[in-house]
Amino acid sequence: MNAWRNVWTITKRELGAYFTSPLAYVFIVIFLLLCGFFTFFVGGFFERQEASLVRPFFDWHPWFYLFLVPAVGMRLWAEERRVGTIELLLTMPITAWQAIVGKFLASWLFLALALVLTFPVVITVNRLGDPDNGVILTAYVGSWLMAGAYLAISCITSALTRSQVVSFIISLVVCLFLILAGFPPVINVLEQVAPRLVDLVASFSVMTHFEGFQKGVLDSRDVLFFLSVIGFSLFTTSVILRTHRAG
Amino acid sequence: MIKVQNLAKVFGAKRAVDDVSFSVNRGEVLGFLGPNGAGKSTTMRMITGFLPPSGGSVSVGGFDIVEHPIEARRLIGYLPENAPAYTDMTVHGFLNFAAEIRGLRGDARKQAVSRVVDLCFLESVLHQSVETLSKGYRHRTCFAQSIIHDPDVLVLDEPTDGLDPNQKHEVRQLIRRMGEKKAIIFSTHILEEVDAVCSRAIIIDRGKIVANGTPQELRQKSEWAGAVTLRIKGVASSAVTAKLYQVPLVKRVTVVDDKDGRVTVRAFPKGEANGKLAQAVGEAVHEWQIEQLQAEEGRLDEVFRSITMPDTAKEAA
Repeated sequence: MNAWRNVWTITKRELGAYFTSPLAYVFIVIFLLLCGFFTFFVGGFFERQEASLVRPFFDWHPWFYLFLVPAVGMRLWAEERRVGTIELLLTMPITAWQAIVGKFLASWLFLALALVLTFPVVITVNRLGDPDNGVILTAYVGSWLMAGAYLAISCITSALTRSQVVSFIISLVVCLFLILAGFPPVINVLEQVAPRLVDLVASFSVMTHFEGFQKGVLDSRDVLFFLSVIGFSLFTTSVILRTHRAG
Repeated sequence: MIKVQNLAKVFGAKRAVDDVSFSVNRGEVLGFLGPNGAGKSTTMRMITGFLPPSGGSVSVGGFDIVEHPIEARRLIGYLPENAPAYTDMTVHGFLNFAAEIRGLRGDARKQAVSRVVDLCFLESVLHQSVETLSKGYRHRTCFAQSIIHDPDVLVLDEPTDGLDPNQKHEVRQLIRRMGEKKAIIFSTHILEEVDAVCSRAIIIDRGKIVANGTPQELRQKSEWAGAVTLRIKGVASSAVTAKLYQVPLVKRVTVVDDKDGRVTVRAFPKGEANGKLAQAVGEAVHEWQIEQLQAEEGRLDEVFRSITMPDTAKEAA
């Protein structure tokens, strides 16, 4: 009970920090603009003549997140280290885990808010046709889980450095790898070069695991994949924070 | 309340803190002195559990900081060096957060916040963002955070750094008042603070404790302790010196100043003069016009230098 109270106190503070800086508003506006533009213009929502959000809307999410999630996560620990508040935070009567989870949750909830704000797209598709809303909901859940995986990786890179820019770039590269490992052109090349590695490499990709959600299939293996990326990354973050202090 | 035993910290090849032991009881204010980089902050970071020790142990209120970190940290209020605070929050928001994470809720939280706001004179900036505060206010905000849960143990790393003289005075008063009921350890390199606030002082140099005692005891170590300063009008300095050397208790005489017909000399005693030197000197020169005759108490800055400087001199050679 007490542990979750501490986590929630941290989460509240972090959420507050997002909304007192312009970052939150800039992020949400850019995210919504990108979603709208890609869905209706690049994704050809109207030309497709089908009541589905999978291709025109959700297909772009891994790519949006590539740039936007590291921007959300970059300040989590880098800023604490730069300003020195990490010394306050980690000498409070809370465990490092509570601080890590609290911070992660705050950013993840923030991303959830951004996702929820894309609701006009759902309304539009419902007005124009008769989509399978179950599929849309599952895809939303998958998209949020995927954002969580990116975010947890950003936590690691943020804990590694006191520079937000360095954190942003490193996590972008790592996340790019997670996308490309399952990106069809890369898979095709890999099939010719090392056909036996294809499945292994692709199983590391967020693309492979997001695919199922987009079809409306809530596969426990896919859920487990994202959750284990999150768990592993947060654990790595705790190790980095500890070794950093050990000097 | 605080017990430090054989504490050590190694960064790579450097021993930042080397076999440091001391304890602080309730009602004591311990001043932690030393040149920059002597290991003061590192020691404090280990006491508060921010840095894990490479060796030795710290216990706070009976709780080992490594074995029972949460229980120990609950008892500690900590003001880190440079007084960091979340710049994106208002002073009010920051103090509320500090109170909440210390487990204070509802009315208890409101009371705690308003208490420290009064104590640290933060009323006028309460709804200002920390980012826009002057250094003095930011410092006091972080200080307020450290006492918000009325802790038994206070660890303050340079609490008066960057404050103006009035603010320094206020903070010292506050520390001294709180020191009556708490165990306080604070670091400084302002020696007058030791006299103003501490009941005991430790001098640390290159990771090791080199002196430990009350400010009075430390002052005794000064070669000035027991010396007598004398100012005489209308007599040549050579005559004064010659006269003083005839006093049996005098070991050495130095001329401090000689101008406008006034001579200032300082006489150092042989062995233990026990305060009789001033009288002896006074009697020896009684037929001259004495403008000043003063028994010196010994000076902390002089002790500080004599303890911490010889080593650096050796290192340079």
